[in-house]
Amino acid sequence: MDRLARMLTATRGRGRFDWTDWVTYAYLMLGLVLMFGPVLWLVASSFKTAAALNEFPPRLLPYGQSVVAVPGRAEALPLFRVKLPDGTTREMVELRRIGIEATMADPKRPDEEIKVNIRDRERVREFHLATENYTEIFGKFNFARFLWNSVFITVIATLITLLFNAMAAFALSKYRFEGRKWVFLLILSTLMIPPTIILVPNFLVVSELGLLNSPWGVIWPAVATPTGVFLLRQYMLTIPDELIDAARMDHASEWRIFWRIILPLSAPALAVLAIFSVMWRWNDFLWPLIVLSRTENFTLQLALNAFQGELTTQWHYLLAMTVMTLLPVTLVFAFLQKYITTGIASSGVK
Amino acid sequence: MAVSSRPSLFAIPGAIARALLRAVLNGVELPMRALQNALGVPRIGWVFVAPNLVILGLFTFLPIVIDFYYAFTGGVQLYPSQRPFTGLDNLETLFECGSYLDPSSCRKDLFWRSVYNTAWFALFQVALMVLFSLITALVLNRRILGRGFFRGVFFYPVLLSPVVVALIWKWVLQREGLLNAILQNAGGTGVMWLNEPIWAFFWSVFVSIWAHMGFYTLILLAGLQAIPADLYEAAEMDSASPWRRFYRITFPLLMPNLLVVLVLALIRAVQIFDEIFVLTGGGPGSATTFIVQFIYQTAFAESIRLYGLAAAASLVLACALLVLTLLQLRISRRASEPTPGRDHG
Repeated sequence: MDRLARMLTATRGRGRFDWTDWVTYAYLMLGLVLMFGPVLWLVASSFKTAAALNEFPPRLLPYGQSVVAVPGRAEALPLFRVKLPDGTTREMVELRRIGIEATMADPKRPDEEIKVNIRDRERVREFHLATENYTEIFGKFNFARFLWNSVFITVIATLITLLFNAMAAFALSKYRFEGRKWVFLLILSTLMIPPTIILVPNFLVVSELGLLNSPWGVIWPAVATPTGVFLLRQYMLTIPDELIDAARMDHASEWRIFWRIILPLSAPALAVLAIFSVMWRWNDFLWPLIVLSRTENFTLQLALNAFQGELTTQWHYLLAMTVMTLLPVTLVFAFLQKYITTGIASSGVK
Repeated sequence: MAVSSRPSLFAIPGAIARALLRAVLNGVELPMRALQNALGVPRIGWVFVAPNLVILGLFTFLPIVIDFYYAFTGGVQLYPSQRPFTGLDNLETLFECGSYLDPSSCRKDLFWRSVYNTAWFALFQVALMVLFSLITALVLNRRILGRGFFRGVFFYPVLLSPVVVALIWKWVLQREGLLNAILQNAGGTGVMWLNEPIWAFFWSVFVSIWAHMGFYTLILLAGLQAIPADLYEAAEMDSASPWRRFYRITFPLLMPNLLVVLVLALIRAVQIFDEIFVLTGGGPGSATTFIVQFIYQTAFAESIRLYGLAAAASLVLACALLVLTLLQLRISRRASEPTPGRDHG
């Protein structure tokens, strides 16, 4: 029990490597496999051809069926290693197959056909990255359109969020107008009203405003965030009022003070909110699912959802789309991990 | 001869952005100056908070009022004026039950199934979430090699979208997926993980913990790092046992953070929807249908859209959340730090 507790409480190593350290690293390794394993598996699978994805048990790396161009044939034919009756093995292409009997031929002499039982042959494989999964989703599924919708909503909503929340935070931190406290409380109180409980009436409001099936129907309800106002206000409180007074001496208008002094000085807090906002809007699902019902308006998340629900899911395309969707978030994470984690740890917001 | 300036890839977009920013400044400044002259300086604050308040009013406060209106009116029309007043009918429909312990005896059995599913889900998910994020935070707080890297490892899934999370696991759990391949390799037999009620529920809990644990770990880790090291040094001087150090120092000082994590996790578990909807679709049967999915289906996915019933169910959910949120406010006031916990903004 003591040992267990030491593992739980130790904050400083003693230079020894005892069994509690082994347990720690075992836990970390397990975490590494559990957290990254499925993602890596998804990425590896997304480079497999449809045929390779259908194999069971699956291979770790993308190995595809080798194909050979044969004179006189438009398509390249699949290559097999065939065990012939005389005991030799040869690499041959499959011309056609009926039941368990395949008609095969040497790739160089396709006219000499041999009938082979399919048990006497095995596929020839080679390492092959099926990058066509990625290129074809643009042509076949209007992927560019979904990508554009997602980017548009994310970027525009984030810009408006930053502007509106910064304006409110500026007023709430730098002006002593009547009712200021009430406004702040009112904005914070919306924390208690999660979007999930006002889905139906919000649908009415958005449809009355004529925003159904429009990216603005997703953008407008999302831009006034209590979290953002709170975060920015706390930061702006630390900006000295003397700067504002000095600007007023120079006859700067209040808007100019906000735009030229407060906004630039709040850049760190704005950056944190921008990262959050991008994550929120990029990952949004339930609200867009309700507002956007036409395929051409779908965001990436909606497209993925619609696509995976189809009767015969074409996994090779779906996996490629999924990787494309998680790629931006992963890049943001790789470069901004420190800011994201400290931002969350200090504000308790996600 | 013209001397070319330093060529830059971003010169043109940068100039456009600067021009835009200047246009916003100048375009807004004139009317704002007029308002400033009319209102005076402190009251100009109202103009600055106005956009936020309009948005919140339209998309948060007004909907709450309409929510009640929907809950007390019937029919299938969306427009309020076309909906007949039905009083408590919607609530009665939801609560009409032979026995509350047996969902199949209820008129809206799916509602009660979703309520029970949500309750069980919240119980297991939150308990395991707190447990594992505590263990992970304690492990990450030790002096280990590559702490930053491992913190990132546990945090990474938090950033993934719910749809991506669901697809990642759907791909692992499918009939001919990685997990079954590993099982068969080890001599076991494959299982249709998402087609059996118990397993589907288990994976719902597992996947949602997988996706969100990093967030709570981070909060706890921040709490652990805020505990002054000299407390441990003093305890060591008094040769307090490590176990004693854990439950006399670490545990009580981490308590506020643990409570915050507990309530935040509860609030979010009760509202679980996205990942599970994509992963299982609520099935098999209704084994993983939760309250939000019931609301979504009733209002938006059925051919007959019962907005009133969905709004009534929303109110029930809202009551549960209100209790939890008040609890959260109490706790975070005691922890003297506001911790707004929303993942939509």
